[in-house]
Amino acid sequence: MADKKAYPPYAPGTKVPEKDLINKKVTYTMWEPEVQYSWALGRANVKFLEGLKEGKIYGINCHTCDRILVPPRMFCEYCYGPTEGWVELPDTGIIETFSVSYLDPNAARIEEPILIGVIDLDGAPDHHGFMHYFGEMSKDDIHIGMKVKAVWKPKEEREGSITDIKYFKPLKEGGK
Amino acid sequence: MGKKVVVLGVGHTDFNAITPDMGWRDFMYEACNKAYVDAGVNPRKDVDSFITCAEDFYEGFSIFDEFVPDQVGALLKPCCTVCADGIYGLGTGYMQIKTGYMDIVSIEAHSKVSDLLTYGEILNFGMDPVFERPVVGSAERPNYKEGPVWPKGSHDYMVGKSDEKERVHPYFLAGMEMRHYLKKTGTTEEQCAKVVVKNKKNAFYNPYADYELKLTVEDVMKSDPVFTPMKYYDVAPNVDGAICFILGTEEKAKELGIDPIYLDGFGWSSETPWFSNRGFDAKYASMSSKMAYKMAGIKDPAKEIDILEVDDKYSYKELQHLEAIGYTENAAKMLDEDKLCNVNVSGGALGVGNCLEATGLQKSLEIVTQLRGHAGKRQLKDLNVGLAQSWRGVPSGSGAVAIFRRG
Amino acid sequence: MKKVYVIGAGMTLFRRHLLENGKELSFMAAKMAMDSVDKGIKRSDIEHVVMGSAPDAFDGIHMKGDNLLDGAGGVNKPYVRVFNGGGTGVFGPIAGWWHVASGVSDVCMVVNEEKMGNCYPHPQTAFQHIWDPIIDRPLHPNLVWLFAMEMNRYMTTYGIKKEHIAAVSVKNKRNAVGHPCAQLPDEKITVEDVLNSEIMAWPVQRLDISPPSDGAAAIIFCSEDVIQKYTDERIRIAGVGWNIDSQFWTNRDLAFPRYVANASKMCYQKAGIDVNTPAKDVDFAEPYDPFSYKELHHAEGMLLFDKGKAPLAAHEGVTQRDGDLPLCPSGGLLGVGNPIAATMGQKVCELYWQLAGKAGKRQVPNDPQVGVGQAWGDIMQMATVLAMRRD
Repeated sequence: MADKKAYPPYAPGTKVPEKDLINKKVTYTMWEPEVQYSWALGRANVKFLEGLKEGKIYGINCHTCDRILVPPRMFCEYCYGPTEGWVELPDTGIIETFSVSYLDPNAARIEEPILIGVIDLDGAPDHHGFMHYFGEMSKDDIHIGMKVKAVWKPKEEREGSITDIKYFKPLKEGGK
Repeated sequence: MGKKVVVLGVGHTDFNAITPDMGWRDFMYEACNKAYVDAGVNPRKDVDSFITCAEDFYEGFSIFDEFVPDQVGALLKPCCTVCADGIYGLGTGYMQIKTGYMDIVSIEAHSKVSDLLTYGEILNFGMDPVFERPVVGSAERPNYKEGPVWPKGSHDYMVGKSDEKERVHPYFLAGMEMRHYLKKTGTTEEQCAKVVVKNKKNAFYNPYADYELKLTVEDVMKSDPVFTPMKYYDVAPNVDGAICFILGTEEKAKELGIDPIYLDGFGWSSETPWFSNRGFDAKYASMSSKMAYKMAGIKDPAKEIDILEVDDKYSYKELQHLEAIGYTENAAKMLDEDKLCNVNVSGGALGVGNCLEATGLQKSLEIVTQLRGHAGKRQLKDLNVGLAQSWRGVPSGSGAVAIFRRG
Repeated sequence: MKKVYVIGAGMTLFRRHLLENGKELSFMAAKMAMDSVDKGIKRSDIEHVVMGSAPDAFDGIHMKGDNLLDGAGGVNKPYVRVFNGGGTGVFGPIAGWWHVASGVSDVCMVVNEEKMGNCYPHPQTAFQHIWDPIIDRPLHPNLVWLFAMEMNRYMTTYGIKKEHIAAVSVKNKRNAVGHPCAQLPDEKITVEDVLNSEIMAWPVQRLDISPPSDGAAAIIFCSEDVIQKYTDERIRIAGVGWNIDSQFWTNRDLAFPRYVANASKMCYQKAGIDVNTPAKDVDFAEPYDPFSYKELHHAEGMLLFDKGKAPLAAHEGVTQRDGDLPLCPSGGLLGVGNPIAATMGQKVCELYWQLAGKAGKRQVPNDPQVGVGQAWGDIMQMATVLAMRRD
């Protein structure tokens, strides 16, 4: 077996001479597509977003599995049955996981890190929640299991979007 | 080749030009739920594999496969995406069953094109970036409000720049092919108009079709020219719709008490992607139909196939495809002699609407509905074998064929 | 079901290919695969072609499957493209497998291509659109955040030290030395280098991440009926599995990838590998490693180690090339590069090269008989597993 030729064989590409690379002398073509979508939301998302505008977080019931789904959807993926029965959930929860990011959304480096993570909402079963930012806490304080509460935008600024919540802050009696 | 593959159930939503009340998830859930009820299976327990036929840019996600499993019932089960027409999905399901790993497979395809605001632009995006796209127009996004983000000096080595500010809708490619077809076969524009009249009239008897219209040949001929020689009514308008098929083994059909409709054969093929190097003869249809006939054991399509649904995204395409699959040598003549009553009985794309990658499944849906005898007012008699053929649309040169047989 | 054998494989250099387009990369890989068949093969022998390629947004071409088909040898042939996000690296071959195993095809070539560099200004921008448009996208998340969150959950749940995870980057970048296609091989890298590299999104650091890349890989399968025409080797696909989890990723515990376990069970059952103790039957494995912690996370998902135990086993040398259960002997994605679908070269083609004894400097010693490759894709959802056996 040791005699057999080694694979893959050397797989050359086409080398670009260094000076061409520095002078940006590489032939290419560019195209900018006009790509625009306007997704129909469906009933579950409409209710959820309308709820956010009112300062409320809605989940929906699956009676077969006896669980509250959030983010809500009109079907339960476990039993494949329909969901029904809107439930208003408290805007508190615990941190399921988080990250301390030194990259902004465009992958540019930033000095002050962004704290982002998943919140396990109270009132819903384990591991039911959504992603959001964290604020009013330092990167040394944040930990999995920390109790948090939503900080909302003032009513007149809310649009019916997940960004109607500004971030989640530590719950006063919680902390470490 | 061992056990046969059977259609256990089908389900579909209504076909509508816009569907603002349903998100794509609810849309897929409805079609799949109906199919599972039709087949009498529980997707969470009985279905072994799930396939979706979707293209990212039609949906608006970088990886559409992510947003599939929950609503088709595939949570924690084998699920995959085939980036092609619905009939490719049927063939994939067939192959998965034949490996012995799976007994029941669900195939879903849908069009939610009303969510896509810049349809023509997406098709332009499908053309080759170096040789074909610059023909369409400016490389910079038209109607750009803020100004382009090209870095300084980047234009110096850019090839394929066009001075044109606007862009052309890519349906002109079909217009060019129509001109070639008319010249080569001697078919007239009036004969193509007859296809439009026939299909849109057929759509009246199809409860889910959206574009039924009572037209005359003169109406079609007088309609606005859009991509000459195509006129407004020669082009199938877009539509939203979702369809789900459940395939299974013969044994499963017996267990569930279902009269079998066999998926006897399928085939697909792709021509060269270079638009200018194609023969404009729908060669993909000839090649894919040959593959399907061989599998289904069909030697003389004209005699053995009772009902057909061929792709008619543009009026001339129905005639071109009928000739390409070897059903007839002169489709326009047969149309004149009123011998195409068994073609596109559902209304085709001209009557139902162009449902993008779900086209193949819409065609197959009609064939299966007819073979089962469930087609109501448009039911044809004495049917045994049906053929569904689809094409992926401009600028693609790929298409597929599926053949169904009543048990 | 027909037995499916591997008869040839090829792989291009993984780099930012400024002067090759996707068609040319596909052609290079396909040609290399065809040239590597022992007794020779012509394009007319190949009956079906399958293309695996990840987001169209990278190449900048809608329906890019059609655009690439001439390079992949698919003109005037039945040709189909499959796509499961990152899972395509192993799902492409699975699709090729079912073409042959079903009896529909005797010879099927699978070509996986990726051209991430086309996306301007950076391939990261295409990843902005993998998120749910209503719940996630308005927050403008960055892809690295997602992996950082999963890594944090994994580390916290099992109390894993960062040094043990950093050791994976070190192992793979060292393993990649001698791989002809490798983008970031590094003989001298140490755990300190990884721990001192800049923090991207804690706990992910720069040297924990595999680089985006351009490249292509190809592999050719044939059925038992015609194998003698092409080669005397008998390297067979013993089993395949694939599985997907919910799109609602915030409704799952990310500490253990249950979808990988399901896919692996499906594969092992068919491959004759003991589902309860697969580590006894598997000689080496190629779990998907776009991030250092992922190799360990997936190895546990593949049931090769108990939950939370892979890092310690790796620390003890079990996963080195000369250890009891080598992981990523090719150098994986961390060492060779990560052109999403083309990673088939490391995850599936590598299995073939190792089992056929053709892996040169990367050869796992002790005559391996069974290898398992795994890929992972979508939004932490999709697992595709393939097992190969030397008959």
